[in-house]
Formats: sequence, C-alpha cells, structure tokens
Amino acid sequence: MNKLRKFILIFFSAIALILGSTSISFSKVVGDKIILGAAVSLTGKYSTNGKHTQNGYNMAVERINSMGGVKVGGKTYKFEIIYYDDESNSGRAAQLAERLIKQDGVHYMLGPYSSGLTKAMAPVTEENKIPMVEANGASRSLFTKGYKYLFAVLSPANQYLEVAIDLAVEKNGGKPVNIAMAFEQDAFSQDVRLGIVDAAKRTGSKIIIDDKLPKELNDMAATLAKVKATKPDVLVVSGHSKGALTAIRQIAEMKVDVPMLAMTHCDASKLAKQHGKNSEYALCAAQWHKELSYKDDYFGNGLKFDKDFNALYGYAPPYQAAESAAALLVYKDAFERANSTDKEKVRDALAKTDMETFYGNVKFGDGGQNTAKPMVLFQVRCEGDTCANKLVAPTKWASHKLVHPIPKWSER
Amino acid sequence: MPPNFSRGHFLKNSMDLLIFQAPILIVQASMDGILIGTLFALIAYGMALQWGVMNIINIAQGELVIMGGYVAYFMYMVGIHPAFGVIVSPIIMYFVGVGLYKLVINKVVDRDLFISILATFGISILTQQLMNFIFGSDVVVAQSNFGTTMLFDNSVTLPNSKIFSAVVSIIFAIALVFYMKKSKLGRAIRATAQNARAAKILGVDTEKVYAATFGINAALCGVAGSLIAITFTLHPYVGLPYTVRSFMIVIVAGLGNLPAVAISGMGLGVFEEFADYILGTEFRIGAVFLLLVLILVYRRFKLSRKREYLK
Repeated sequence: MNKLRKFILIFFSAIALILGSTSISFSKVVGDKIILGAAVSLTGKYSTNGKHTQNGYNMAVERINSMGGVKVGGKTYKFEIIYYDDESNSGRAAQLAERLIKQDGVHYMLGPYSSGLTKAMAPVTEENKIPMVEANGASRSLFTKGYKYLFAVLSPANQYLEVAIDLAVEKNGGKPVNIAMAFEQDAFSQDVRLGIVDAAKRTGSKIIIDDKLPKELNDMAATLAKVKATKPDVLVVSGHSKGALTAIRQIAEMKVDVPMLAMTHCDASKLAKQHGKNSEYALCAAQWHKELSYKDDYFGNGLKFDKDFNALYGYAPPYQAAESAAALLVYKDAFERANSTDKEKVRDALAKTDMETFYGNVKFGDGGQNTAKPMVLFQVRCEGDTCANKLVAPTKWASHKLVHPIPKWSER
Repeated sequence: MPPNFSRGHFLKNSMDLLIFQAPILIVQASMDGILIGTLFALIAYGMALQWGVMNIINIAQGELVIMGGYVAYFMYMVGIHPAFGVIVSPIIMYFVGVGLYKLVINKVVDRDLFISILATFGISILTQQLMNFIFGSDVVVAQSNFGTTMLFDNSVTLPNSKIFSAVVSIIFAIALVFYMKKSKLGRAIRATAQNARAAKILGVDTEKVYAATFGINAALCGVAGSLIAITFTLHPYVGLPYTVRSFMIVIVAGLGNLPAVAISGMGLGVFEEFADYILGTEFRIGAVFLLLVLILVYRRFKLSRKREYLK
C-alpha cells in the first residue's frame, strides 16, 4: 500500500515537473507564435459580457493571423491567446493573472471584462511589468493610479454621459439645466456620476436629486416620485442592466415625464427589445456604434465588422465585442512599431500608439486611458413595434435627429 | 450661486419636498410601501412556516423566489401571459421543494441549526449557478402590460402590476391560513410544529409533513417569484435580498403568526420608502438593518427584565 502511494506521488510529481518546465519554455513567443494571456468571465454573473469579450478577441486573432500575421524583425508571427475562466470573481482574476505570468510565462496580457476585475488584475501585471491592453474596464480610478503598463482602448467612465448634459444645455438655449440623477453604488456608476457633477459645474447647472442606489435594490419608485414632484430637465440613471431595466419599467408605470432621459447599459440590457415602446426616446451612452465612419485595414468599417461578426457568431456585436477586437489591433501595431518582442520595448511602443481602428481612434493618455475617441449617444426609436438604437450624437455621425423634449406619456 | 452638493443640503431639501412642496408624496410612499410589503410578507410567511415546523433557516429562500420568477418568465417567452405564472409556478415549485427536501433537507432536519444553514447555503449557490447556466446571466423582465392606476389628479401613480401582486399575495395567504386550519395535513403540520415527537407518537407521519411544509414554502416562493417577474427584474444572483428581507420580517413578527408577519411586512415596506425619501436612497437598506438591530436589542432588554422578575 505504502509503495503504491509512493509510486503515485512520484508519478504525479514527475508529471507536474514536466508540465512545469514546458510551461516555462512555453513563454511569450513559441516558434512563430506570440502568446497573449487573458482571463475572461465564462461563468458567473458577467458570463454574457465575458463571452462577448472572448468572441471579440478571437475574431481579431483569426483576422490578423489570416491577413499576414504580425511582422517583427523580418519574421512573421501569429497571435495565440491562452484563456482562463475568472468566474466573474475579482479574487480569481488576480490569481489567474499571477498564474498566466508566473506559470505560463505570458509577457503580454489582454484585459478581462468589467472595471472591477480589471482593477484586480492591474496591480499584478504592473508589479511584474507586463503590459496589459484592456478593452472593458472604464472606471476612472484605473487611470489615476499612475499605472505604466495598463492601456485601455475605451473612453473612461466619467465621459459616458457628460455629452448628454451638454446636449441638454444646448437644447435649453445655452442656459443651465436642472439635473436629477440616480446611480448605483459601484465603482463604474459612481465614476459616471462624477462626470455629470463635473459637467454640471462647468455649465452652471443644478443637481436637484442625487440618489445613490444600493446594489441590492431593484425598486426606484421613491426616486421617480421625487423626480415627478421636482420636474427636472434631465434625468440620468446608471446602474448596469438591472438599473436600466428597472428605470424604464417604473418610469413607464409611474408615467414620469422628463424632457431628457439619459442612461447607460441600454445595449447590454437589450432595453429596446425587452421593454419595446416603453423604452422609446431613452438616450444611451455607448463606446461604439456600427454606423461610425472609422476605418482600418482589417475589419474595414463598423458596418462590415457588424456583418462579419454576425456571420461568425450569429448575433450582432455589442460594443463590448468591438472594443475587445480593437485591443488586438493595438497590440499588432505596437509589436510592429517596436520591431521586437521585448516586453519593455512593446510597452514603450504601446504608449506611443496613435492609430485609427474601425472602433475609433486610439491614443493613450498618461494614465493609459484612450483620449482620442469620443463617446457616442443613441436614442431608442420605434417604428411600429420594433425599437432600435439610433445614433444621435455627436452630430458628425448622427443618423437621426434627437427628439427633444420627450413627448409626454399622455400624448404617446 | 455655485451648486451645493453637500449631504445636509439634500437632507433639508428632501424634508422640505416631502412636507411642504409635495405632501402628496406621503400618500405615494405609503401606498408603495404597503404594496411591496405585502409581497415580501408572502415570502416571509413561507419562511416562518418552514422555520417554525422544521427549525430550519432557509438561506436559499431568495433563490426559490427567483426560480419561481423564471417559470413565469419562461411562460412569457413562449407567449403565455406571465400573470398565469401565479398558478403554474407554485405547482412546479412545490415539486422542486419536495425534491429538495428528499435530496438534502431531510438529512439536516434534526441537526444543529448551523448545519441546516450550511446546507441551504449550498443549495442557494447551486441553484444560482444552475439558473445562470439555463437562463443566462442577463437581467430579464416579463411584460404584464397591466397599465397604471392614477389617483388624486395623476399625482399618485400605482402600477397595476403592484396592485395585482398585493391582491394575489393576500389571496394566497388567506387560502393558506384556511388550509392550515381546516385540512388534515394542515392540522398535522401544526401538530408537528408544536411537538414533533408527540405528533409522531400520535400517528402523524412527520417525514411527510416536513416534505409538504418545504414544498408549500417553495410554492409560496413560486407565487412571489412570478409576481416579481412582472413588477421588478430577474437575475440569477438577486435572490439574497429576498432572503434577508423575509428573515428580517420573521425576526420582527415571530414564528407562526400570520397577522404579525403581514403587518411587519407592510410596516417594513413603508418604513423603507420613508427612509428613502428622508435620508436618501443610499441609506434605504441601511435604515432597515438599523431597525432590525434596534428591535433585537429591545427584545433582549425585555427578556432580561423578565428574567429578573422570575428571579
């Protein structure tokens, strides 16, 4: 018995040793492959968006590899990604970052889904001096910590709805407006709130309701009753999918009339589909929309990306997929400009990125945030019973005119 | 004048709003609180029943509610009006409850309270993941299209879906009270709650009673869940707040006392709404927990005085 146990122990140690040593040689570049590491949420509460992230990454890898790969030092490389499932858990995400770096020897990382998980992974990549290009962590606090190896292709969270306040002021004849707002108490939504507070200060507007919604809450009736009583010019709501769906349901039920309703997560919550006509005229912030006229050599433009993604995965790409795909384009560009696979050189090349992708222009600020791309706003519009998101701002790309003020419920 | 973002400013404003500018909001808040409170009372009643009979604190209560909600959502997806969920969902959930009892709960009934909490906590995690696996992690809603009732010149709005929820909750609660009083099983359940051993000696099949009790609790959760599908939102991971709230109502009301459960449910609902108006939404749930602490301290205080008296 004892012998058998010893044998098993030795056997498994040997396997572990072999695996261990191969994974060390299995580092940054193997043969003609550049290995990237990523932890994405394939299970748990972020699994839907985690899947979008992974699909975006995969599609871009395939596209880049089939169109000639990455040319570094006269040699052609292909991208390959090692994935782990972070279970939508920030503790797990940090562990997996360690594992990717220490055990798998990865030298270049891609971001996970959500600000929270990116925040958990960033200290690990930073400590090990591993560059991470991320596409799904927008929280402002990611970019104020002085991280040197973190690069985000998306606009920071505080920019999400600032445009809406400017738009409301513009529609009010340049005069300040009264703002009512309700934000969930989490990092992302509170960053969106800070953006609104800044915009209010800048335009001299007044915040008359400032509710912070507890995470557990799925009832906004009290906030909306206050809105009804105080009649603000703009109502701003941000609380992920749950916040968006709850707000629309209760605004319709309580017949709350506001001239402008600005929100986040309309796309992720499938607002137009789930609530139909009740969601009409809601103004939504998005990182990307397929009708934007940015171009690149790999995906063409937004419309073409939309079509190709649909053909590959059978659903229209949400912006989470688009920005994830853009992250790979940024990596490819940086490798070729660095003309090296040395992680420090790649990091320096990333910092100097200044390029156009189908998703938007990418240029990183000192904190690693993308400073070259504005947020876009769309409005839910219905034709008959089918409702869809129509681009209304910035005016340069707008396909539809903003409907303002929102018609009263009694007239709908 | 620069805008004032301080907390005191908002507090003064909200009191001002509630008392002087729009006193009608007091009516709105009370009505909202009562309607939601009734729904919570139904979930709490299930918990009280099952706690009283089996001495088990069911951490998975909220998950049973959400699962019941997904039954209604599934009906909505295949084109049946989700309101019929209040009939279908309890039937399905009854069997889910009995199944859970046979699989897990019967092994922990007579054990330590800690073990039953651990077991139901396990069930809660498992059901969350299962629902995530089957229905996905998206937040979903079922549309009832019930419309809205307007009162006082449109200044108080009551969504008909909430009124429907309250009415259905009351009907189920009353039906259950009658069932417990009149039926044979109801009598057996009450006997088991009073003294399981004595009931067993007198020929009550306590095993069957336990299974039925857990099933009835799950069925009540099913009703509540399908009401939540049409009034709020569903998501595999939002069960916990329902567990916590029903736990709180039961703590306040005590076991096996339906009128007290109903009153404390509605009372908590109204208290929550007013806390929201006066203190701000961020303190809404905090205020409820503070109230719970105060009630527990008060109870302890009363208990210690009684002991002194006994001495």
